[in-house]
Amino acid sequence: MNESYGARVALVDRVGAGVLSSFEFVGALATFGGRAILGAFRPPFEGGEILRHIYQFGLRSMPLIVTSGFAVGVVLSMHTRATLARFGAEAMIPAGLALALVRETGPLTAGLLISGRVGAGIGAEIGAMRVTEQIDALEASAVDSFKYLAVTRIIACMIAMPLLTTLMDFSGMFGGYVAEAAASGMPWRLYFERSFLYLGFSDLIPATLKTVVFGYLIATVASFLGFTTSRGTEGVGEASTRSVVMASILIILSDVILVRIIFFFYPPVPA
Amino acid sequence: MKPAVRVERITKSFGGRKVLDGVTFDIPKATAFCLLGRSGTGKSVTLRHIIGLVHPDAGRVIIEGRDITDANPRELSEIRKHMGFLFQNAALFDSMTVGENVAFPLRRHTRLSEDEIRTRAKQKLADVGLDRDFDKMPAELSGGMKKRAGLARAMALDPSILLVDEPSAGLDPMTTAEIDELLAERKRGGATLVVVTHNIPSARAIGDELALLHEGRIVARGTPGELDRSSDPFVHAFMRSEGGG
Repeated sequence: MNESYGARVALVDRVGAGVLSSFEFVGALATFGGRAILGAFRPPFEGGEILRHIYQFGLRSMPLIVTSGFAVGVVLSMHTRATLARFGAEAMIPAGLALALVRETGPLTAGLLISGRVGAGIGAEIGAMRVTEQIDALEASAVDSFKYLAVTRIIACMIAMPLLTTLMDFSGMFGGYVAEAAASGMPWRLYFERSFLYLGFSDLIPATLKTVVFGYLIATVASFLGFTTSRGTEGVGEASTRSVVMASILIILSDVILVRIIFFFYPPVPA
Repeated sequence: MKPAVRVERITKSFGGRKVLDGVTFDIPKATAFCLLGRSGTGKSVTLRHIIGLVHPDAGRVIIEGRDITDANPRELSEIRKHMGFLFQNAALFDSMTVGENVAFPLRRHTRLSEDEIRTRAKQKLADVGLDRDFDKMPAELSGGMKKRAGLARAMALDPSILLVDEPSAGLDPMTTAEIDELLAERKRGGATLVVVTHNIPSARAIGDELALLHEGRIVARGTPGELDRSSDPFVHAFMRSEGGG
């Protein structure tokens, strides 16, 4: 009886400690993210570092985005054809694919891919700098390490994300065209005319701009985990892995909210 | 005259373990103060307090008359521009070349032209015998070379206070002597040195005053001669250890 009671108390203790620790983590992460937003508006603006990171995150992610976008477009086209063919609506394949890509598949896939490529890199790089005292060396050199390492990466990721998403969308459409041309021999001019027939700015702009939030989440989470790294190389590996996992979860969760907000301002047009 | 560095009764604990317990000392300008002690006695932590990388649980650190324990980040940054810090493991920025590492503080805090920055960075590297390694990456350097590159970076802005953590660790005796001479030259040039070291001959060569840290407290302090003549068995044994005698 007493042993069972003791075990239950211990369990409640552990759960309580876990919940408190989670709240502490979320609080620290939110404070970090808030500081980053404030820091972005205070000099020095570190323009050179931001450009360098845009090159690293943006230009160097292009092969991954183009290849993945193309493949996603081909696969989506095959699925769309299989579905629409049942209703004799093959002519709607380009428009259906373009809407699916631009409104959701492109932004979400780009977000998840960048969280893997860039998020892991930021977590590992800043984590390694933490455990090798390079962050302390920056501070000792009278440089604001938070601004120099985190804020610059967050801004760069926020700028790079919508650009990469647009690239993903167009690569996907091109992949869709290649698949459709192979299946039905549709000419490219007709394919793209139909693609853009139902595509408006209200489909493209809000969905693309929501990836600014994805960029913010990816770089903030990864920078935070990098800055709070401990336990040497093991900690660096953990920061890298957790950056990808947490950023991916946050992207998917935030997408639910962002889509709801987009639908509030731009209600879906009835057919 | 105000001391360059004043450490007043600083106390610091990590995870419930008290590392520093009321450490107090003054360092006059243009002198060298060597902090000695066994490994894990809080020497490096003391040095990190002096540059504001660690905040004390209690006590104050005053640099050239300014209390850094309640300084805001901007004030702290201004104070740090007058200080150089050599880390125990050099802490070179591994994404930059050795030359870029030394040029980094110059780029951030001076209005020198790119040519002047390059010339000055090369000169600083030449001072530590690494001028031919300007374009190498830190990963291509040996431990001792990294240390020297770190010292060149710490001296890049000709700081008035130079904090040095284990300058001779991993160096051969000749290079150690060269580094000691370089530090002594900085002192003659008016810089205040705070040196953490295990190397007692080096401490004797550089230091105007030595302090022995033990169990979080300064247990002995004085000129090298005074510490050599100490009747305290621990001080006596320490000064004769590691080639100290």
